[in-house]
Amino acid sequence: MSHNAYITDERIAGGDDGPLADRTVAVKDNISTEGVRTTCGSAMLDEYVPPYDATVVDRLKSAGATITGKTNMDEFGMGTTTETSAFGPTENPAAPGHVPGGSSGGSAAAVASGDADLALGTDTGGSVRCPAAFCGVVGIKPTYGLVSRYGLIAYANSLEQIGPIAPSVEEAAELLEVIAGPDEHDATTRDAAEEGADTDYAAAADGDVEGMQIGIPTELVEGADEDVVETFWDAIDDLEAQGASSHEVDLPSVEHAVEAYYVIAMSEASSNLARFDGVRYGPSPDYEGNWNEEFAGVREAGFGEEVKRRVLLGTYALSAGYHDKYYKKAQDARAWVKQDFDEALAEADVLASPTMPVPPMEMGESLSDPLTMYLADANTTPVNLANLPAISVPAGETDDGLPVGMQFVGPAFGETEIIRAGSALA
Amino acid sequence: MTAQAAETGDLVAVIGLEVHVQLETATKIFCGCSTDVGDDEPNTHTCPVCLGLPGALPVPNEGAVEAAVKVGKAIDAEIPEETTFHRKNYYYPDLPKNFQITQYDAPICQDGELEFNVDGTRRSVDIRRAHLEEDPGSIKHVREGTEGLESRTVSIERADYTLIDYNRAGTPLMEIVTEPDFREPGEVRKFLEKLEEVLEYLGVFDPGRDGSLRIDANLSMVPAEDVDDDGAIPESVLEDANRTEVKNISSHKGAEKALAFEKSRQKKLVESGRAVEQETRHFNETHGNTVSMRSKEAEKDYRYFREADLPPLQVADWKERIAIPELPDARRERFEAEYGLSDEAASKLTSTKQVADFFEDVAEEFDPDLAATWVADNLLGELNYRDMQITDIDDRFDEVMRLVELVAEDEITAKNARETVLRAMLDEGKTPDAVVEEADLGKTSGDEVAAAVTEAVDENPGAVEDYHDGDDNAINFLVGQVMQKTGGSADPGDVNQLLREELEG
Repeated sequence: MSHNAYITDERIAGGDDGPLADRTVAVKDNISTEGVRTTCGSAMLDEYVPPYDATVVDRLKSAGATITGKTNMDEFGMGTTTETSAFGPTENPAAPGHVPGGSSGGSAAAVASGDADLALGTDTGGSVRCPAAFCGVVGIKPTYGLVSRYGLIAYANSLEQIGPIAPSVEEAAELLEVIAGPDEHDATTRDAAEEGADTDYAAAADGDVEGMQIGIPTELVEGADEDVVETFWDAIDDLEAQGASSHEVDLPSVEHAVEAYYVIAMSEASSNLARFDGVRYGPSPDYEGNWNEEFAGVREAGFGEEVKRRVLLGTYALSAGYHDKYYKKAQDARAWVKQDFDEALAEADVLASPTMPVPPMEMGESLSDPLTMYLADANTTPVNLANLPAISVPAGETDDGLPVGMQFVGPAFGETEIIRAGSALA
Repeated sequence: MTAQAAETGDLVAVIGLEVHVQLETATKIFCGCSTDVGDDEPNTHTCPVCLGLPGALPVPNEGAVEAAVKVGKAIDAEIPEETTFHRKNYYYPDLPKNFQITQYDAPICQDGELEFNVDGTRRSVDIRRAHLEEDPGSIKHVREGTEGLESRTVSIERADYTLIDYNRAGTPLMEIVTEPDFREPGEVRKFLEKLEEVLEYLGVFDPGRDGSLRIDANLSMVPAEDVDDDGAIPESVLEDANRTEVKNISSHKGAEKALAFEKSRQKKLVESGRAVEQETRHFNETHGNTVSMRSKEAEKDYRYFREADLPPLQVADWKERIAIPELPDARRERFEAEYGLSDEAASKLTSTKQVADFFEDVAEEFDPDLAATWVADNLLGELNYRDMQITDIDDRFDEVMRLVELVAEDEITAKNARETVLRAMLDEGKTPDAVVEEADLGKTSGDEVAAAVTEAVDENPGAVEDYHDGDDNAINFLVGQVMQKTGGSADPGDVNQLLREELEG
């Protein structure tokens, strides 16, 4: 094991049968594994051992996969670099000295370094796609409701999905086939087939983009680094050479997406993380004196800076007197973003943009400046707000040899569209 | 509230209720754990969902939603097209997730009403809303020691530590919120009795369950002259009056007691020119008083927001789809019309669904008057005398039915049936036939009675003389003699007739 990709490298042996019988899968440490500690990258859950498996873990086991361990991540998924982990940062195997992206940085690093064949990450605002892009691998954020979240320790439950990370589009699609599908333990899951969707994901990785209409939201290209933009247009040229056509589309609402995303994610996080109060998780308070002060002390000690920042801001945004100004407004913006995507996708099969507007940061570079880190999510967060599927595939490198990712966004349950588009590049 | 009001006139109490009832479903509201907890070991009816383990997700129990729709129909409430769940955020150790899943702006029931009787007068109270939510766990504050846990359970101030039991966590609760339509504590009691009766009829409520009914009541005093002619009180008047919220009420009687105390407490304050504090008060059942919990409390901020883990439920057609049984009022009216019963008898017989069902079973087999007497007077009377409920004998209805049959077929006298057989059934658990045989209650044959009549006449010449002298009491004395000789198993009317024939003959 290298690059500090894992928090816990306990192997869970796989079976002899099933589509993943000869594969190894690294699992992000916010996905519950029965009997194997699951920390969310937080000191608060340092010793937490779930008594049950997440549905996706159950499905991995049934498919015969061997789980290599639990991968490093930004604490509770709150970060874009995997540097907010209580277990130290992960290094980018594809760009030494640089961050692997986040929050599923450990999962992407495990795949990029060859430690695991495949990996599961989770994507709340880009947490699968960003590390896939930074580490030069493939990551899919499924349509909200395609993959069960049962056993995924929530950060922002209206936004997040578990998604596959793999060296190739086809392998990512194979892993998606294993984990997708309705689950009686998650009331938000949907049967994609019943929604009229093609669910033959691996077969869709045929690279056939002949006649495909690619919409390019100018808003998501203009703000990116020059190096990134160049690589992006080269990839578009490549696709057009293979028979696809492209046109510009407008997503005027996305300029508000990052703000809306953070208000919603932080609000939900403030509630989701409330249960970590020292009674059953984290260091026990000494139960003397005022209860409120005791458990506040546990949370002060058990959570890292970024988590505390988001819980406080989220609590504020939901508070009486501010609820309408922040939370409600963010929900309005979310509806607007959704509508913009629907309109753009009415005239295109997929939308394409750079996954990240910047190449991987150097380690330590962005930690002191949360706002810069938040703005790096400009291209990924709108997709979560719209509940849509998206894939990040390697599009090339900057002049400095840093990986650049290309993002394709499809219509709801249109996973085959983005897989097909992605497979033409990687 | 000002001192001026007290000088200018009388005060009227304005009371509103929030009633929490546990809905009786087989499983909890968001998971598959059984709600049949009883006295089981703590934390044995739990799973990742109701323990609020990280990553666990709620899945709605349709049974709980159906039960709520039944309540909605019974109180004539509006059921929306779509109902949604929200999170109510607050920190308390009995709340596993530190938020409660409840309903906020789209509750399952809105704008209902419930009619009930107060001293023979019909009253109706508007129900603003009724919504579904999950019950928290239960907590016990405990003192160190070696004796049993129950005897070490104390108030939080005196406790050394606190124990949490999540068996109750996730039990479906319905919170029923009334408009402030009550004017008297007594009305509240009648309302709660009617509500419980209706819930029982619907089969969605088990009053025997611990904590199945919990009531918060708010009360304020307003000047009588501010009440409109139709009894309504203007919003501005209500806003001006400081109100108190009384918590920890768990019975109808307790509600009446707590509110009567609170009413007189506030009245005294106002009349002596002092202000009523806007505060939450705790009802002490033992002392029958209310004590201040938190005074001058600012409105609590629960930071409600949509629970994204539960998609909206489409319930537009549920009201039509879900049937409810005939409710007590309708059934009482039918009993009066169909069986010719008095209002009093019909009321008694519809007091619970089980009683009413049993009466109808008996009335189908035998004469309805006999059935009414036996169920309403004899059975309920003897049960009441023993502090027993109909539910204590609901597995012995066939025995009671047999007893009525013995009476109907003239095998035993009505007097013996009630005073000997029924009592022995209830006190000793015997079957009616066994009691009849053991006590030899079978009606005495004609020959034996005739012999006893002759004997009584022969043995009591004085009484015979009195009879012929026109003293009617003499016949009663002789009837008593015959009854004694036959061990009470003769029919007194028959004996009277036989005696007259013997004496005149």
